[in-house]
Amino acid sequence: MSQFSKDISIVIGGAAGQGIQTVEAALMRILKDAGYGVFACKEYMSRVRGGSNSVEIRLSSTKVPRRAYVRRIDFLFALDTVALEHLRWRIGEGTTVFAEKSDANDGKVGRYIDTPLLRFANEAGNSPLYANSVALGVILGVLGVSQEAAETFLKKTFDRKGEDIVVKNIIALEKGYDFGRHTAYAEGIEVIVSPEEEKKDDLLLDGTTALGIGALAAGCDFISSYPMSPGTGVLTFLAQHAKKTGVVVDQAEDEISAINAGLGASYAGARALVTTSGGGFDLMQEGVSLSGMIETPIVIHIGQRPGPATGLPTRTEQGDLNLALYAGHGEFSRAIYAPGSPAEAIETMQHAFDTADAYQIPTFVLSDQYFLDAISPLDTGDVPRIPFARHVTKTAKDYRRYVLTKDGLSPRGVPGYGDGLVCVDSDEHDESGHITESFDVRKDMMDKRSRRLDTLRNNAMMPKEFDNCKDAETAVISWGSNHGVLEETLGKLGSVRLGGLHFAQVFPINPEVKKLLKGKKIVIVENNHSGQFADLLVRELGVTVSRRILKSTGEPFCVEELVEELKLELTTDN
Amino acid sequence: MPQETDIAWCPGCGNFPLLTILKNALRELGKLPEETVIASGIGQAAKMPQYVDAHMFNGLHGRSIPAAMGIKLANRNLTVIAESGDGDIYGEGGNHLLHVARRNPDITVLVHNNMVYGLTKGQASPTSEEGMKNPIQPDGVIVEPFNPIAVALSVDVPFVARANVSDPAQAKEIIKQAISFKGFSVVDLFVPCVVFNKTNTYQWFKEHTYTIPESYDPTDRVAAFRLALETDRLALGVLYRNDTRELYEDRLGITDTPLYEREFNEQAFQEVIAGYR
Repeated sequence: MSQFSKDISIVIGGAAGQGIQTVEAALMRILKDAGYGVFACKEYMSRVRGGSNSVEIRLSSTKVPRRAYVRRIDFLFALDTVALEHLRWRIGEGTTVFAEKSDANDGKVGRYIDTPLLRFANEAGNSPLYANSVALGVILGVLGVSQEAAETFLKKTFDRKGEDIVVKNIIALEKGYDFGRHTAYAEGIEVIVSPEEEKKDDLLLDGTTALGIGALAAGCDFISSYPMSPGTGVLTFLAQHAKKTGVVVDQAEDEISAINAGLGASYAGARALVTTSGGGFDLMQEGVSLSGMIETPIVIHIGQRPGPATGLPTRTEQGDLNLALYAGHGEFSRAIYAPGSPAEAIETMQHAFDTADAYQIPTFVLSDQYFLDAISPLDTGDVPRIPFARHVTKTAKDYRRYVLTKDGLSPRGVPGYGDGLVCVDSDEHDESGHITESFDVRKDMMDKRSRRLDTLRNNAMMPKEFDNCKDAETAVISWGSNHGVLEETLGKLGSVRLGGLHFAQVFPINPEVKKLLKGKKIVIVENNHSGQFADLLVRELGVTVSRRILKSTGEPFCVEELVEELKLELTTDN
Repeated sequence: MPQETDIAWCPGCGNFPLLTILKNALRELGKLPEETVIASGIGQAAKMPQYVDAHMFNGLHGRSIPAAMGIKLANRNLTVIAESGDGDIYGEGGNHLLHVARRNPDITVLVHNNMVYGLTKGQASPTSEEGMKNPIQPDGVIVEPFNPIAVALSVDVPFVARANVSDPAQAKEIIKQAISFKGFSVVDLFVPCVVFNKTNTYQWFKEHTYTIPESYDPTDRVAAFRLALETDRLALGVLYRNDTRELYEDRLGITDTPLYEREFNEQAFQEVIAGYR
């Protein structure tokens, strides 16, 4: 008899092309609709077919939602032998492995259940391709969730491939389902996570979709970009919705063109976005500097992946904070956001557009592969919205683009709106926007471009306090994608000595943050090698960071390792 | 341009006659300053919009074309010109010339071709002739010059022309045609550099050019290639014209409403998010 309560970690492993993504999509939809708490994340190799990839789906009660990667596997569904070997290090005593007997390697830890995935697939459709639908059926059978919703899902997914394919998938599903039911009974597997009320209206969002929705909510008008993993998805999202929403989508010949086209569109009044990854962003840096000089807004999404150079193309890292922070020659103002949940992605994307427009600067949204691919639900009513404002002025005949003002911000005109001429220049320029070599004008313009940083700083988003950070003696800090893993870890440890602080805006840092940290020991969790955000906090606030918990293997933090790391905080005397 | 502007070109520079030619062309076309944008890159040629009464986007080296395209896509009611030198557009920005030509937005590219680098002081440009001595190749240029006309034709730039500022009347007519053309137009302009290019002078350009005869059919792309490959004397006029290519703006479904006037479409937004339930 083995009972699974609280939350269950289900992992499906297979080669690229075996359809594990379909299983993921189906399970997430079915379980979410049925009222379970769900979370999914994935890891995959940089290849189109073959290799070994896996998805992790966490099933929990909606009351204690889980949204972090765990190393532990409760149910492993291995679609081939390679998947089993690939995931062997995560198989523990509590793991139940569903795999073909030939793959099941007796004598290893864990319980192995001979699962005829291929035989059922062949019986259903005379092809091993149906093994994923068999696996989906087995999972639902083991969980005791009705297969009806899965049938609907398969019908919808494979509809365009014809009735024959749909029928074969459903037969495969049913065979798997019966097997799952019988196995659960025979093996005494009991899943006692119970669903709450149905959540059919909740959205299921991966980070990519959430950022795309955020861009649409912000009134994004234009995107020009060049594909690069993992930043491509935002471009794809907007392209898919271009017709409906009117966003102009341009696939650029290179990243240099992308950002310069974006700046051209922005100069002409569009809300413009570019999306890329660190390597592509390297090429965009001249555009960041241009944005700073001509005070023309641009929003830059960097989906981080491990570098330097090509690095690990499909893996995750938070290694490009310094890149965003220092990109572009010369000195000018900028703002950087780093969302930690789909809701924050939607929110910060809107902030990024609004701040870029209001302050006439480049703004960044930093995400990473783990975040972009991780899926969690969001109540439709909880989609954050920020009022939409254009920040564009109608020009008069005597309009001067860079007229000096107290706060350094000049009314932004755009060509064709009003009688004035809008002149912008990458050279140092006078108030009219024309080239100058006057040192006096240079001084005024440098001050003008820098002065807004104070306002930006004072208006920066405050970090989110959680786990009673106010009273804790140690503040454990996350930024960007580590929010979920830190939240779950602190919840698990349940110590009053540790509190959490999550930054969704990482630059500039609101001076008020210093008050939150006063008298506290500071520990920072970062998915990089040096602790870039720790350095930034030290520089910006003059605080001391006691410990940096870092990881730069290309994998995200898992709850288990962060629990171990933070236990050290509780065993050492301060 | 402000009255007090001190023009940064050298006395005798070919940019001066071109400035007059461009201003006259815009005036004769009835293009008002407030409906015209000149995007430029970097270099002496790229200073042109500083001295023309029009909107100006003086961006980065080599990037006038993508910037101009972005402007056009954001507001297609504007007349958009990208203008820079041969180093800027054929060298630093070569990739943009190739790929924006494939998209075919309605913008005009004016290239000041003086076959040398001016602002960086006399180095070879992509169009410098083999053997031209310069600070970096003291024994003379050892690479093949770039053939802008042939390259433009190879990517089916739908309007390809060449003009010489020494013939202002012809140059103005060609520029007017290029701006009026609905699509991506490229004009290679011979604009002598009097300081750094002692070979390709006003005189040299006069002796090495001829006007395409009126009987020439500019819709014949193969004939245009033949002209592009001539080396002894260089053809002036409209070498190629293809009025059948669809505009990028149209293919993208861009309307006359500038993007800054676009209203937030709440219904479309709700429909999109509903798809993720």
